[in-house]
Amino acid sequence: MPSRIDTVHDVDAAVTANRRLSVDYNVLSLDASEIATAARPGQFVMIRPSRSLDPLLRRPFSIFEVLRDSGGRPSGISIFNKRAGVGTSLLSQLEPGARLECLGPLGRPFDPVDPPAEAWMIAGGVGLAPFVTLAEALAARHTATTLFYGARTATDLYCIELFDALGVRIVLATEDGTLGTHGRITVPLEAALHRRPLGQPVKLYACGPTPMMRACAILAAEHGRACDVSLEQVMGCGLGGCYSCVAPIRRDDGRAHHTRTCIDGPVFDAQRVVWDVMAEHG
Amino acid sequence: MDLRVRIGGLTLANPLIAASGCFGYGVEYADVVDLRTLGGVAVKGLFLNEREGHVPPRIVETPSGMLNAIGLQGIGVRRFISEQLPELRRRGAVVIVNICGTTLDEYVEVARILSDAEGVAALELNISCPNIKEGGITFGCSLTGTHDVVSAVRRVTRLPVIPKLTPNVTDVASFARAAEEAGADAISLVNTFLAMAIDVHSRRPKLSNIVGGLSGPAIRPIAVRMVYECRRTVKLPIVGMGGIATAEDVLEFMIAGANAVQIGTMNFVDPFIWRKLMEGLTSYMQAHKISRLQDIVGTVDTTAREKAWISS
Repeated sequence: MPSRIDTVHDVDAAVTANRRLSVDYNVLSLDASEIATAARPGQFVMIRPSRSLDPLLRRPFSIFEVLRDSGGRPSGISIFNKRAGVGTSLLSQLEPGARLECLGPLGRPFDPVDPPAEAWMIAGGVGLAPFVTLAEALAARHTATTLFYGARTATDLYCIELFDALGVRIVLATEDGTLGTHGRITVPLEAALHRRPLGQPVKLYACGPTPMMRACAILAAEHGRACDVSLEQVMGCGLGGCYSCVAPIRRDDGRAHHTRTCIDGPVFDAQRVVWDVMAEHG
Repeated sequence: MDLRVRIGGLTLANPLIAASGCFGYGVEYADVVDLRTLGGVAVKGLFLNEREGHVPPRIVETPSGMLNAIGLQGIGVRRFISEQLPELRRRGAVVIVNICGTTLDEYVEVARILSDAEGVAALELNISCPNIKEGGITFGCSLTGTHDVVSAVRRVTRLPVIPKLTPNVTDVASFARAAEEAGADAISLVNTFLAMAIDVHSRRPKLSNIVGGLSGPAIRPIAVRMVYECRRTVKLPIVGMGGIATAEDVLEFMIAGANAVQIGTMNFVDPFIWRKLMEGLTSYMQAHKISRLQDIVGTVDTTAREKAWISS
């Protein structure tokens, strides 16, 4: 691992665009070339939603897109924001020109697989956030990639065009049946796992609600496939200082320990996560 | 310009110390902050053995502050010495180890082990964590308990001993006096205020531990008052803390009576805060023509405020 002093930047970033996707979702673009240049797939930033002391803490966001200038150089990042509390509400209302303190890139990134293995990304709701950067890394390796993307209803499925543009095969599911498979996204995932011959390697990457990731972990284990998950816990600092963001992770000794998702994650091998405990407290 | 601070036999280059529980073991920040530039690093509280701490949610944000109930997750003193201390030394950190115990004997044993290790500058006694059931705060909420822990640790170490006081008492200054009489080299205060937050929709506490400790700018005026009360009571060096966010806040604590300060919660918000605080302190010293920063300690002038408008 490279020394972090060269790669973690605290940028006073200008908002360059705020694309409102719906009442609850927006994509906020930030001018942060240092972070964009250093970012690896699945990493996150800590954003201070206000310069005042209330709200106080920074919030973690996956780097949704690495934005590029006309010369193709990384010039900024975007975040995929869902309005849920005070901080995310402030971030939903920002106009271009506003400035935000943005710290990153942070966390252990995804490890993209190479062909002939395929990559299957499973996203639930706001769990779509880390997959654009992963899809780009996979496309650069010419790895065949599928996005399994589920939400409550068709209007909650966003930004599919970003994946289309990267040549990603897209499988959708909605719980109300308004688009794609009727039901959870794990329904088409399970069918695809059944269809795929064991001799053809595939790696799963999941991010979404805990029950979805847990189901992905169980399916992956049943079908003998590797599966990484990106966990989102309440985070205080993003740098390993506060021990707020722990998840129960089995170490090499086989025992589970409270493990910081900010510096030891957010990406973990799904089989190391103690899902029963996560489901109870997550 | 002289920013040095003396605590017992220890001299810190400046009064800015990373607060225990807010800076990991220091190593986590070594690539973000040059640890050499800090007055000291108070590492996360250590028991004799490893502890897993509480299940999440462990923190919740509150107005200008936060509650935490981490539960002193930690790797234990021996792993700290073998896995973290060598790197802290290599980085030139002045290492203040925060030590915990569920019993008096545990404090003593942890202190003894650390006293034999190379590269520990001081011991901060955690007798004030509100988030664990046994030990800790039960010592810190009793005058005899405070006296007993401090004097027991005093007997087994030559290192400066700094009990960290809880604000969850009626008269914090009496605890400062108990610590002084027991042979402490300094005191640090305040730890967090026992507090609670409830989700009104689920009617559940927002923390898994039900209650937790309040920190951040929300508590600063209370912490300043407590430092002021202790300064009037004891001669010991005081390490003040509680929601410090700016150089002005540092100066406020020092004028109230703190010789040094710790930065905790605001390091989460801004891990680069140290440089800004240092710049603010030096420009204050220039503007007020102060050559020794220690000269402002405890210089709060209350005389004008104590004059009555109308004599009766």
